[in-house]
Parts: sequence; structure tokens; C-alpha cells
Amino acid sequence: MSGRERALAWLYSRPGAQAWALLAPGGFWLVLFFLVPILIMLVYSFMPRGIYGGVDPGFTLEHYARFFDPLYLDVLQRTFLWSVGCTIICLVLGYPVAYAIVRGGRWRNLLLFLVVLPFWTSFLVRTFAMIFLMRDTGLINNWLLKLGLIDETLTILYTPFAVMVGLVYGFLPFMILPIYASLEKLDPSLLEAAEVLGARPRARFRRVTLPLSMPGVVAGCLLVFIPALGSFLTSDLLGGAKQMMIGNLVQNQFSSARNWPFGSAASFIVMALVLAAVMIYLRVKDQTGGGSSK
Amino acid sequence: MVQLSKVSKSFGELKAVDQVSFDIVRGEFFSILGPSGCGKTTTLRLLAGFEQPDEDGGEVRLLGQTVNKKRPYERQVAMVFQNYALFPHLTVARNVSFGLEQRKTPKQEIGDRVRRALEMVRLKPDVFLNRMPGQLSGGQRQRVALARALVLEPAILLLDEPLGAIDLKLRKEMQLELKALNKQLGTTFVYVTHDQEEALTMSDRIAVMDNARVAQLGTPAEIYENPRTAFVAKFIGESNFFEGRVVESSNGQCRVQRTGQGSFQVPGHPSISHGGSVRIAVRPEWMDVFRPDAVPPGENALIGTIRDIIYLGETMHVIVTVPEAGDVTVALRNEGQLIKPLQWKKGDTAAVAWLPEDCQILEED
Repeated sequence: MSGRERALAWLYSRPGAQAWALLAPGGFWLVLFFLVPILIMLVYSFMPRGIYGGVDPGFTLEHYARFFDPLYLDVLQRTFLWSVGCTIICLVLGYPVAYAIVRGGRWRNLLLFLVVLPFWTSFLVRTFAMIFLMRDTGLINNWLLKLGLIDETLTILYTPFAVMVGLVYGFLPFMILPIYASLEKLDPSLLEAAEVLGARPRARFRRVTLPLSMPGVVAGCLLVFIPALGSFLTSDLLGGAKQMMIGNLVQNQFSSARNWPFGSAASFIVMALVLAAVMIYLRVKDQTGGGSSK
Repeated sequence: MVQLSKVSKSFGELKAVDQVSFDIVRGEFFSILGPSGCGKTTTLRLLAGFEQPDEDGGEVRLLGQTVNKKRPYERQVAMVFQNYALFPHLTVARNVSFGLEQRKTPKQEIGDRVRRALEMVRLKPDVFLNRMPGQLSGGQRQRVALARALVLEPAILLLDEPLGAIDLKLRKEMQLELKALNKQLGTTFVYVTHDQEEALTMSDRIAVMDNARVAQLGTPAEIYENPRTAFVAKFIGESNFFEGRVVESSNGQCRVQRTGQGSFQVPGHPSISHGGSVRIAVRPEWMDVFRPDAVPPGENALIGTIRDIIYLGETMHVIVTVPEAGDVTVALRNEGQLIKPLQWKKGDTAAVAWLPEDCQILEED
């Protein structure tokens, strides 16, 4: 028996060891590049700020306390509201799209492909493209002027509206895909059963389709809400300096402001919010999907 | 009660149901029997309203009303689905009450009726009301699905192979229960199945479907004992087939010269004419095996060699290879092989014999 065979035989004889062997490479990666940096950040967020960036030895809560300054709470509130808004708009726009794709017959694969297509281009490039669309001399203004629908240039870029358009655009596929997945595996005979039991199309949707697609809806909301909460690129490029989100704040602290402890503290506060969102998700999922998942 | 007149349904080029007509009376247990792809499920879906007949595809009438264009929720039918189609997110109670809620039944009445429906299908309401479908066994789901349909007290209940997925013993039990419910409630049952035994056991009448058409319609005894075509004879039970040409006919008896050697007598039949060709089927249990020189007078007999003897418990199958007729199966009652063993063994020359009146004369498919 060669050494390799012996090692494999040893592994097969111990299911526990097998699991660890499968976990090891990915686990190593996550520990080194996720857990370690996050622990460093956690430590930094409790240390006094150094004069030239970095940290000085010691323990302080000042960075967390500082975050509760109205200035930053304002940013937090805006971030939260925009993320919620973005999630709701994505849901309202995305559900019908997912529903249409599922019923799309032979167009289904093409439509799915179109939803995923934007991912072929970098998000940064696509956001720049939106600047070209929305700026004062951009396509939208030009067309509206030419069609005579407006007399003077509309200010679209660098407004909350532009940020919201960008956020929704960026995250819409993450809403559509999970809803599509849950609608797609919905057993058609359940819809027929509802119909033959007397449910008209609207009642059928409300009592069968919607509840059974809830896991997809919740997953979609989470996939939109969490990254929206942490996004900074969209608000930076489409919102200008006036529309700061938490992501921009954190990014500034780590780059230009060189205040790593405060940036870390802000990050952990966002993380706490995300954690809260996940807890709500799990609770809702237990209530709606509990019966079907068993 | 339920009438189809010359109903046709096509999916693109494919004719799924072709000029199907039948008339089901109130309280009848009516089965649609056929192999997969014969159009039986499409026929049921036409009754439920999930499919609509072609533009010039005849007429579907329920309770005296033409319903060709009516949606399922506008028809007074209930249905039990093949895979039960219970709502996985609702409790047993909510599943059963679903139809009542859609029909705006008063709240207090719903509770009572749900309990009664569960009792009818022999599920204890106190045990099952709050269970989720995922926590039930296949047989229990089947019963819930049945309760969900019966709670509406429908005039017509459509059943799409409802017993296909449960094990044999339970299936036999449910067959008898369904039949009893049909008689007890007076509900008209339209039952789709591919299981011939099931259809024979339960039905008042059976429509055997083949290739989008009704091949034969009749009582179980008519279908089994007098199959109209080779397809019906083959699909329901086992049959041995013989062909030949009529060479002599007198007094309601015809003599048929078999393709190959030998001849046999068949009773007269409107489809038989002198000189014409005839195809007959004979059930294995209506045949017997004799020594070639000991065939009782008046019986048809063909000589062959015993190829195999198969022990089946209740019966013994003796398979006799007859030249140019292939294998002929004869089913003999097993009178106890330990006490009174069969006198035949493989390789024996033997005559398979049957009475002329046991010939089933077949029409073209």
C-alpha cells in the first residue's frame, strides 16, 4: 500500500475526518482572509486613534460613542431608509418579472439569460454608463428636450432619485432570481387544485402562489437589503458628495480620513444591523416555509 | 349527469382525445381505463375544466349545462389529484376547508363539515386537524385529499389515479372504501386509472381508451367477457389469440380454418361472414389441457408441446407452444401440488381445448 492509499483508507474509515478534510481548504481561506481581518477590525474599533493613522495602545469606547452623533445617525437613517426603499421597489418590480419568466414558456431561458446578462460587465462600468444617461447633457435630458416634453434641463444626477435608480438597477436581479427559483418549483397541480376548489385567479395567487413563494421573496429581500446597506459605489458616483451612505462613511474613514478605529466601529454597527435583518429573515422563514420544508 | 359528445382535444399536431362520447348517469362509478398516453387524463381534465375542447371539438355537459368554456372554479366538480396536491403551507384543517372558504361558507358551518369529512375518510379529526401535509404518510395524504374534495358535497367527483402511489394492501382497502363512499353519498365518480384490476373491482361501467378514442364501453363483465377488440382483450386480463378464415357456417355455428393447421368452431356473430377472416381471443382460465386423444367431443383443440409450467399459488399456468399460434397460456386451478400434483411436465405433447362459446370474436381495432 502506498502512502497515498493508506492516507485515503484512513480517511474513509473516519467520517469525521472526511468532513474536516473537505472543510479544511475553504475553511483555511475564510479564517485567514475573513475571520482574522474582522478580529483585527474588532480590536481596532476599541483602541484610541493614532496620530498618523493606525492605532495607539489602550481601550476606548469613544468611536462607538461618536457614531451616535446626529451627523452620523443621519447617515445611518438615510442608509437604512434607502435600503428599505430599494428593497421594496425591487420587490414590486421584481416579483412580476419573476412570475412572467416562470410562465414564459419557450422564452423562459432567454428571459433568464437577459436578467443575468448585466453581470457580464463590471458594476463600476455600468454605473458610469448611468452617469452618461442621467447627467444634465445625458441621453435622457436630450431626448426629453427633443421630444418637447421639458423646456429646461432636469437635474437627475447627484440627487437621491439617481441613487435610488442606481441601487434598484444594481440589485434587481438579486430579487428576481430567488423569487423565480421559488415560483419555478411551485407544483402546477397545486394551482389546479386551488382552481377546482373554487379559487378565482386572484384568490389563487393570494392563498397559494404568494405564500409558497415567500421563501424566495424573503431571500430576495435579504439579498437586496444587506448589500444595499453596505453599498458605497452607487451613492458615491450617482449621489455626489451630498448623498452619503454608511458605506461611503466607512470607506472615507479607511482612506482619506485615515481614522481606522472609527471606520471599524461604524462597520460593526452596520454588521449588527445586518445580523438583526438575518434574524428577522430566519424568523419569517420559520413561520412561512416551515411546513413545506419538512 | 356527465355527457361528452364527440369531444376532441388536440395539442398542436397531437390528437389527445378524438371524438370521445359517453354519458354518465347520476351516482355511477365510471372508470376511464387505458395505458399511459391514451388520453384518459386529458379526458378527465376536459371534465375538470383545465383543458377546453377544440373549436369544433364537440360538447362537454355537466348537470345538463354545456361547460366547454367554463373555468374549473365555475364548474360544480371536485377533484382528487394523482399526487394529492395538498397545499404544503396549510394544515390539514385549512386544506380541507379551502374549498368551503372559497364558497363563502359560514365559519361555524366550516368547522363541522371539515370534521365530518375527515371522519368520512376515517381520519380522527382531533389527531389530524393541525398536522401539516409533510407530517403525513402517503395513505393519510390520500385520505386528506379525498376529504378536501368530499367536504364540498360535489355532485361529481373526478379522481385521477388517486391510488397509484400507495402500496398494494392499502390500495385494495381504499378501493373498497371509495366504492362504498360512492354508493353511500350518491356522488357520481369519474375515475381514471391504468390498473385494469382496479377498474374491474370498483366500476359500474368502464370506458377503455386506446389511442385517444374509446375502444369499448361497458360493465366490467362485458369488458372482460366480451372484449370488442384485440386491444381490449390484451389490456384487460390475459388472452390467447387465434386467426383463421370461415369455411363453413350453419345453425349459428361457424367452422374456422386456422391460419396454419387445425380448425375450430366459433358461435355466429354479426361481424362474421362466410369466407371472411376471423380473429378470436380465449381467456386462459376458460381453457383446459388434455392428452391429444382424450379431448372431450365438441371442444376446440389445438395440439402443441408444453414449454413451461408456472406455479402462481391460486392457479398454475401451463404454457403450450402451438405451431403458428405461438405460446398459448392455460390457467388451471391449483388443487394442491403436494396432494394432487399436475399430471403434466415440460416437453409433453398436449392439446389445449376450449368450448366454442368461450371464443371472444374480435373486431378490427
